[in-house]
Amino acid sequence: MTRGRPAEDLRDTALAEVELTHGLARTWQTPSGFWGALATVDHKIIGRRYIATAFVFLALGGVLALLMRWQLARPESRILSPDLYNQVFTIHGTNMMFLFAVPVMEAMAVYLVPLMVGTRNIAVPRLNAFSYWMYLVGGVLLWVAFVLDMGPDVGWFAYVPLAGPQYGAGKRADIWAQMITFTEISALAVAVEIVVTVLKQRAPGMSLDRIPLFVWSMLVTSFIIILAMPAVMVASTSLILDRLVGTHFFNPAEGGDVLLWQHLFWFFGHPEVYIIFLPAVGMISSILPTFTRRPIFGYLPLVLALVGTGILAFGLWVHHMFTTGLPRVGESFFTASSMAIAVPSGIQIFCWLATIWYGRPVLKTPMLFILAFLFTFVIGGLTGVMVASVPLDTQVHDTYFVVAHFHYVLVGGAVFPLLGGVYYWFPKITGRMMSERIGRWVVGLLLAGFNLTFFPMHILGLQGMTRRIYTYQADMGWGGMNLFVSLSSLVLATGFLLFFIDAFRSARHGAPAGDNPWGAATLEWATSSPPPPYNFVRIPVVESASPLWDSPDALPVATGLRMDRRELLVSTVADAVPEARESSPGNSIWPLWAAAATTILLIASIFTPWAVVWGAIPVTIALIGWFWPKGTPEDES
Amino acid sequence: MKHRVVIDLAELPPQGVGSASLTWWGTLAFMLIEGTGFALMIGVYLYLGSLAPEWPLGAPPPALGPGTAVTLVLLASLIPNWLLSRWAEAEDLRRVRIGLLIMAAFGVAPMVLRVLEFRALGISWDSNAYGSAVWMLLGLHTTHIITDLAETFVLCAMMFSRHARNARRFGDVQDGVLYWYFVVLTWLPIYACLYGIPRL
Repeated sequence: MTRGRPAEDLRDTALAEVELTHGLARTWQTPSGFWGALATVDHKIIGRRYIATAFVFLALGGVLALLMRWQLARPESRILSPDLYNQVFTIHGTNMMFLFAVPVMEAMAVYLVPLMVGTRNIAVPRLNAFSYWMYLVGGVLLWVAFVLDMGPDVGWFAYVPLAGPQYGAGKRADIWAQMITFTEISALAVAVEIVVTVLKQRAPGMSLDRIPLFVWSMLVTSFIIILAMPAVMVASTSLILDRLVGTHFFNPAEGGDVLLWQHLFWFFGHPEVYIIFLPAVGMISSILPTFTRRPIFGYLPLVLALVGTGILAFGLWVHHMFTTGLPRVGESFFTASSMAIAVPSGIQIFCWLATIWYGRPVLKTPMLFILAFLFTFVIGGLTGVMVASVPLDTQVHDTYFVVAHFHYVLVGGAVFPLLGGVYYWFPKITGRMMSERIGRWVVGLLLAGFNLTFFPMHILGLQGMTRRIYTYQADMGWGGMNLFVSLSSLVLATGFLLFFIDAFRSARHGAPAGDNPWGAATLEWATSSPPPPYNFVRIPVVESASPLWDSPDALPVATGLRMDRRELLVSTVADAVPEARESSPGNSIWPLWAAAATTILLIASIFTPWAVVWGAIPVTIALIGWFWPKGTPEDES
Repeated sequence: MKHRVVIDLAELPPQGVGSASLTWWGTLAFMLIEGTGFALMIGVYLYLGSLAPEWPLGAPPPALGPGTAVTLVLLASLIPNWLLSRWAEAEDLRRVRIGLLIMAAFGVAPMVLRVLEFRALGISWDSNAYGSAVWMLLGLHTTHIITDLAETFVLCAMMFSRHARNARRFGDVQDGVLYWYFVVLTWLPIYACLYGIPRL
């Protein structure tokens, strides 16, 4: 830009790069030290915390899985008592769904979406800080309860009447229900941030048809979260009320209904599967072009498939309830819709195959994970079409066939792409590469270990082995295959262990990555690795769907933003035309205090309803402290 | 990576207004979350009603008086709410202060009537599933009035403080106005449900 401006104007227009980076770093930095770490609102720091915490929960949930496999390795085993086994499978499922799978996908988005759309921080960044603390407390609540032998023991979907006041004595089911409240508050908060970031903070020129597919998938996922998660909050709140103050929502003796629980839970629970799956397919669609050296095949059908899946996700929930004796017409409708959702998934699979077919595949670790995904997910999808049929579902309901099916879709469909995503974006997050050699071993061990562990479960299910039993008699004839499954699970566990070792080692000793080690096309690779606190020295301007491939020499950028306050760009929803230079809130300790006050309210309300009244006072004080103007440059207008 | 400057944005306004404001979109997203919650609670009410042999269960239909009074107060509050929005848009501090005080009064009045309304339901939450559903539905809406009332008090205090002379505060007032519209408009289907369905 040639137009001269006085330096004291503190716009970036006429400044040299060095001055600019110093000024931006001063404005956007997170102060070092303990309080700085607690008060930060940098989406990258919070995103890293989220990802690390979610993987800790993955490891803990994996240990529980191994305990179950140890118990089931031979008939009439006495390693876990029936009561402990109930807690172990409940916490394994609850932990993996609510503390690992959903948060880790949102965590990747918290880190990546602002970089991929070319902005300086996530929208409503203090809410982002608050959401992390809520998530952390929800996870700690569940695990501390488990250690104290107060762990929920009613299954991850906590069906009434087992979880109701009559059969669920003690506080175990309340711990489950309140853990739901913590994690759903956190998930909803992140969903709002992502919707606003994607709709309003995109770099100039990033029109709807130039949004990276991972970002598209997170936009759709966030809307699913917004529309689905209130259902589980209504359900868990009603459950707590039934247990604490004697309401009768789920009590048939007083006009309540137990199936109401299943309707509410699965109205959330089925979209939940797509909340986990869509970010994973978004990762694939974003990683695949890099390793086939060509733009994705069928961008528009892929976007439509994401949106279509998001809509159909709300029309499937009753297929979890086929054995509850619902009317035939209803069952037929939900069979048809359950089969229909295979169509958008199929479209995506064929677009990816076409991308690979027309491209020049480079078989690096992230690409190997995608191939492992294709193989495994297709099997899970096929068994999904099978259990969509009422007669077959009636036979295999609550058996290991279902356990095998949903592990194929969740691990094959979501964890494999996620690990591919970790190998792919690790250099951006840490500045260092993970090991290619170890990565290949990880893919191999996980693919082999997973299939050897879970494929035989289909057969066990067909032989009649029901899920959630803590043991079985020798004359059932399931012993040999269960021993095989348990031994195979060690292979799977070794694969995960090797992954964790590689991640730890590479974060310190990996080869330096550089800005764009894979030669990728999207904006997150246009800045340094790891990115500076302000993400981009100047806001990029997007002229195509593969910006770094189409302008390889020099990145088109915009100038004119202030650097003495946290400033970012607000743009229009459809065409991303710049509308305003908006300030972004600075670091604040108040989200932590608000989370602490909310924690006191929620945990105390497990024991007394009055906690909601008295606990609201500190929450209100914390929220006022959060929003009261502090006279910072960000508050100017 | 080298840079090639293609546009200069220095002339853009330093703050987004209306649909160019991030908090406006955030408020909309939260309305979608809470609106879904209301819709689901109405769904629970209708679901339990469809299973019951008679509805309402073991109680007469709720008395119309207090609920209708709440509805009229809420509808009347739409006028000062709309005026407050216009005054905030014009950044007229004196009128905004008056408008916030009026809206605070319009927030307190339905709270007083709400106490009578809970009594007029004629059933306790722990009597049966009908009682649970109506208390939860009314309770959920009441928490929204309380939340917005607290927000109005805080905005009031802010607009009488030295922080008032700032265009951002007027944007905050407009977001508050938007949220009150939501609180009033979501009440109408709940009112129809609570008082209309038992009389069908």
